[in-house]
Amino acid sequence: MDALLEILTNLHPEVDFETCTTLVDNKIIDSFDIVTIISEINDEYDVVIPAEEIIPENFNSAKALYELILRLEDE
Amino acid sequence: MLFTSYSFIGFITVVFLLYYLIPRKCQWPFLLVASYVFYYIASPSYLIFIGATTVSTYVVSRRLDALKEMQDAYLSSHKETLSREEKKAYKASVKAKKWRWLLLCLFFNLGILAVLKYTNFVIANFNGILHALGGGQISFLDLVLPMGISFYTFQSMGYIIDVYRGTCPAEKNLFRLALFVSFFPQLVQGPISRYNDLAKSLYERHDFDTKTVSYGLYRIMWGYFKKAVVADRILTAVNTIIQNPDTYQGGFVFVGMMFYALELYADFTGGIDITIGIAETMGITVTENFQRPYLSKNIKEYWKRWHITMGTWFTDYIFYPISVCKPMLNISKFSRAKLGDVIGKRVPVYLASFAVWFTTGIWHGASWNFIVWGLMNFVVIMISQELEPLYMKFHAKFNVKEKKWYGAFEILRTIFLMSSLRMFDCYRDVPLTFYMFGNMFTHFRLQDLNAEAFLGLGLTAADYLLLFICLIVLVTVSLVQERKGHVRDLIFAAPEICRYAVFFVMVLAVIIFGAYGIGFDQSQFIYNQF
Repeated sequence: MDALLEILTNLHPEVDFETCTTLVDNKIIDSFDIVTIISEINDEYDVVIPAEEIIPENFNSAKALYELILRLEDE
Repeated sequence: MLFTSYSFIGFITVVFLLYYLIPRKCQWPFLLVASYVFYYIASPSYLIFIGATTVSTYVVSRRLDALKEMQDAYLSSHKETLSREEKKAYKASVKAKKWRWLLLCLFFNLGILAVLKYTNFVIANFNGILHALGGGQISFLDLVLPMGISFYTFQSMGYIIDVYRGTCPAEKNLFRLALFVSFFPQLVQGPISRYNDLAKSLYERHDFDTKTVSYGLYRIMWGYFKKAVVADRILTAVNTIIQNPDTYQGGFVFVGMMFYALELYADFTGGIDITIGIAETMGITVTENFQRPYLSKNIKEYWKRWHITMGTWFTDYIFYPISVCKPMLNISKFSRAKLGDVIGKRVPVYLASFAVWFTTGIWHGASWNFIVWGLMNFVVIMISQELEPLYMKFHAKFNVKEKKWYGAFEILRTIFLMSSLRMFDCYRDVPLTFYMFGNMFTHFRLQDLNAEAFLGLGLTAADYLLLFICLIVLVTVSLVQERKGHVRDLIFAAPEICRYAVFFVMVLAVIIFGAYGIGFDQSQFIYNQF
């Protein structure tokens, strides 16, 4: 989780990713950010997030994103 | 059948009355019949194409569903006996089969669209090369371009991709799917609906509800007001300017550009208002396609507010799949290693954005004007993306971001930028468009913009006054929507007399000021040609 928080914080230092649960809904991250996050997750966790998983529910918070990574690692 | 024609108004009146008179269970089949009648009236030959898209999408979606059910059943019955690797391998094999079916469907349907829409464009370019080489010429093909083909094809392909991804259920009834593909109010110019958004209200039974019907009628009248009073009126002046580039130069290029921006806005959003309003009178919820685009403060925001359903379609089905696919992630790694972290990170975004904007351009029409327009959007977005850190520094240093005047400046800047890109819609070719853009600055003379010259554009002083009042109304309504939400909610919260008065004024405005009769050309919607 720490590595993920670091990836997110590097992208938007002004956001508190530990508490924010509306990253997509409140347009804090956009499609360009999402692509960058996916690319960095691929480097860090060796997990490929497929396009069909790019839905607000999976990207609205760091916690949801981390759960997605764990699920994809498990599959 | 034009949305603004008497025959269409007669058609929707009959459909509306019958919709509530027939048994509720017959409502959606009736809408299917109405949609096919609407399409048949446009041209009987169109039915072949929409029928082929519907049947092929249905067959493939059922096949994808069957594969998914087969996979679930197999994994469930072999839960205990299969190892994790074996389960993974089985899933991969099923996914490969599903992928092949999806590709087949995409190739077939996008192939129909490509052949009908782009064959003559390819021939024209090929002829250009042959001409340069001194060779012969290939004859153009006499192809039909079914009404709304770009819209219903994209809607169907969005559906089949969602079924493939498992984010949308496969429709088991062919006729229900046929209605989703052909629902007549959105056949002409969209929006491009998603099955999950439209299906529920499209198929459920609706009782007559006064408030829903009234809301729908308000929306329809608002759409007709924009289309008939604003768009079709200003069209005369726009055409005079853009069709005579030798006469109308300098300041009039700017005037034409801004007039076209207003025409396009009133035309397209008006058409969508009519579409959403018609659906609403029947209790059906169609996705919103606009969110006050001309109040955007940058081009990225503009594209989140303008033609929203097309933008999200391209993002979900082109931008993300390209930018997060395995080869692209490898390119990203490679570029970061070679170009450094900062530039390398941007490579997937840039490549995917390029693909999106090229496709957006060519989707709008088979011409270099649209392709260059799409790519110019790409260039402007990428430049503004790169300049963002500079903007942020500037905002922080001068503390202007929260200032109202700076917000107004950002809005005007975005309007100018987007309107200047839209010049590619207007002039006959790309070199002329670039020339006229430069000419707007180099030949600008304030004294040219006199009353006599404006009256030479085919509009009277009364027309200009009316357009000015309409502009104030449009801006006011947009600002109220932005700050307080739906204007209709406010109207319905007011005393009953206000409700009727507003509706009466809109009807009267359309009847009296609608651009009909001698001197005006009641035109097709601009987006209908796409």
